[in-house]
Amino acid sequence: METLVIQTLNGLVFSMLLFVMAAGLSLIFGQMDVINLAHGSFYLLGGYIGFTMIRQYENYWLALIIAPVIVGTIGFIIEYAILRRIYGRHHHLNQVLFTFGLALVAADLIRWNWGSYVITVAAPPQLQGQVPFLGIQFPVYRLAVITFGLTIGAILWIGIERTRIGMILRAGVSDAKLLSGFGVNIQLVFSGVFAMGTALAALAGVIGAPIHSLYPGLDFEILILTLAVVVVGGLGTLKGAFLGSLLIGMADTFGKTFLPEFALFLIFAVMASVLILRPSGLWGLRGQR
Amino acid sequence: MGTERTKIITHIATARSWLAANSRWVLILTLILALIFPFSVKTYILSLGIEVLIFAIFAMSLDLLLGYTGLPSLGHAAFFGLGAYILAYVSSNSELALGLTDNLLITLPIVILGTALSAVILGFLALRTSGVFFLMITLAFAQMLFSIAIRWSSVTGGSDGMTGVPRPTLGIGTWHLSFTDRADFYYLVLAFFCITWFLLRYIVRSPFGLALRGIHANEQRMRGLGYNTFRYKFTAFIVSGVIAGIAGMLLSQYFWHAVPHNLFWNMSGQALIMVVVGGPGTLTGPVIGATLMRLLPNFASTYTELSETLMGLVLILFVLLAPGGIFGIFHKKR
Repeated sequence: METLVIQTLNGLVFSMLLFVMAAGLSLIFGQMDVINLAHGSFYLLGGYIGFTMIRQYENYWLALIIAPVIVGTIGFIIEYAILRRIYGRHHHLNQVLFTFGLALVAADLIRWNWGSYVITVAAPPQLQGQVPFLGIQFPVYRLAVITFGLTIGAILWIGIERTRIGMILRAGVSDAKLLSGFGVNIQLVFSGVFAMGTALAALAGVIGAPIHSLYPGLDFEILILTLAVVVVGGLGTLKGAFLGSLLIGMADTFGKTFLPEFALFLIFAVMASVLILRPSGLWGLRGQR
Repeated sequence: MGTERTKIITHIATARSWLAANSRWVLILTLILALIFPFSVKTYILSLGIEVLIFAIFAMSLDLLLGYTGLPSLGHAAFFGLGAYILAYVSSNSELALGLTDNLLITLPIVILGTALSAVILGFLALRTSGVFFLMITLAFAQMLFSIAIRWSSVTGGSDGMTGVPRPTLGIGTWHLSFTDRADFYYLVLAFFCITWFLLRYIVRSPFGLALRGIHANEQRMRGLGYNTFRYKFTAFIVSGVIAGIAGMLLSQYFWHAVPHNLFWNMSGQALIMVVVGGPGTLTGPVIGATLMRLLPNFASTYTELSETLMGLVLILFVLLAPGGIFGIFHKKR
């Protein structure tokens, strides 16, 4: 029973991390039809920048703000300078290949700069230690991550459903061309969305660092699980990202506990069954675009 | 500036028409050079040659999917690695493996069957989707195999992989050929390379191959014309997977081991870069790409430790500036 509670909570923690990742990936895809294969690299980059900030200024909260800003700016520049030049050519394959090249370069540069050993990051002092929760002792930091993930989800939901910017974003998902016909600067929207998506990845990187540590290779581990989330949940919707994250986060956590050798195989099984039932994901935008 | 540009274009056009007119002689000359290759170079260069040929087979198999059928697989290393592991499991002398035989007449059919079977399963699932979903799913599946290879160490040997893979032999009854020697193994790889090249060339020029190109250009219309496009894509997926598996088999025999790295996304990425840099949908392009991308890190490592950055940058440059690849610069596509 105790393991069950602990693992359910751990599953929730991981689900929330995946959700922040998947939300960014999904946001970018919804607007621009681009699958950003460098998304995991932005996670890792965010984590490492956060780690450097924490070491330098001994302030986790500063890192939590600065790392996403830096990575988001990098994302903005990449979209503004390069990615927008290859829209529409070759059915978007070139864009994906571009982000893949980016992931290769990023992985190499990150290893070159921060080394290839595992870096552990301490939780902020305010959130260290454990508290009794549902009859067990559970780390405060992990409970905070769950709350944090839910908060981000709520902010994103309100932002997309209830604000003017959200209205533009929703219109962009339906028809970006028409939207630009109405006088909206769609190029700026694209740059902004890409920056936002990469910043979310970096945010997940800073939040995840005290839990998963930082090491080369983590970028693609996270990317694969995020891809699994959007395959299961569907692309382009916040709901899909959220429920997909819960499914994959739980499957991964419980898989690792009970079938350590086959944890990913369990995810594979979940993905396969969703593919057989609904090839475009359980809660994704209808149809292929 | 303007005249310089015209000059270059004229030069390329001349080279293009010369190549087109003399393609048969170029082919024969290349083959002769390939045959005398082991006699004329040092061991180190011969090793590079073997690697290039193996990766050329791998890249060509991906070209059938990416260049001809328009299926952007980002997990082709799945079959490459599976081929390596199946071969290792059958013939390696490590205690994890069966250690049955190194006779190609037995091991090759097993590798072909094993990779074909996994291609059937993966293809059936992945081909239910298209576009970016196909790309994500192939990538995810390959990474899952990678993680299983690392974690399930009681069967796969974990991160060390399976060692003690022998070079192959070929024999019926008393007639017996061994490819243990590096130069002999080179000829075996060359034979596989030639068979793959001619087989794939035959396939892409056949009615089946034309249908694949039709699917690449416009799948809706092909369906409208009455083609069962799923069946075509499925067949192409299996053929491509098996050829990639054979390339993986050769690699494990060459390096005496099968390692999880063979299944890693990085491996899929390398194949993808080879195809994109060489020129997708050309078969010869990926061979050129494989040659370049195997040689580049070797020479670059003398000057910089960031050889993967270099590869990523090459990919980005080609995607941005020359989507037709090197081959596309010198050949009019189709």
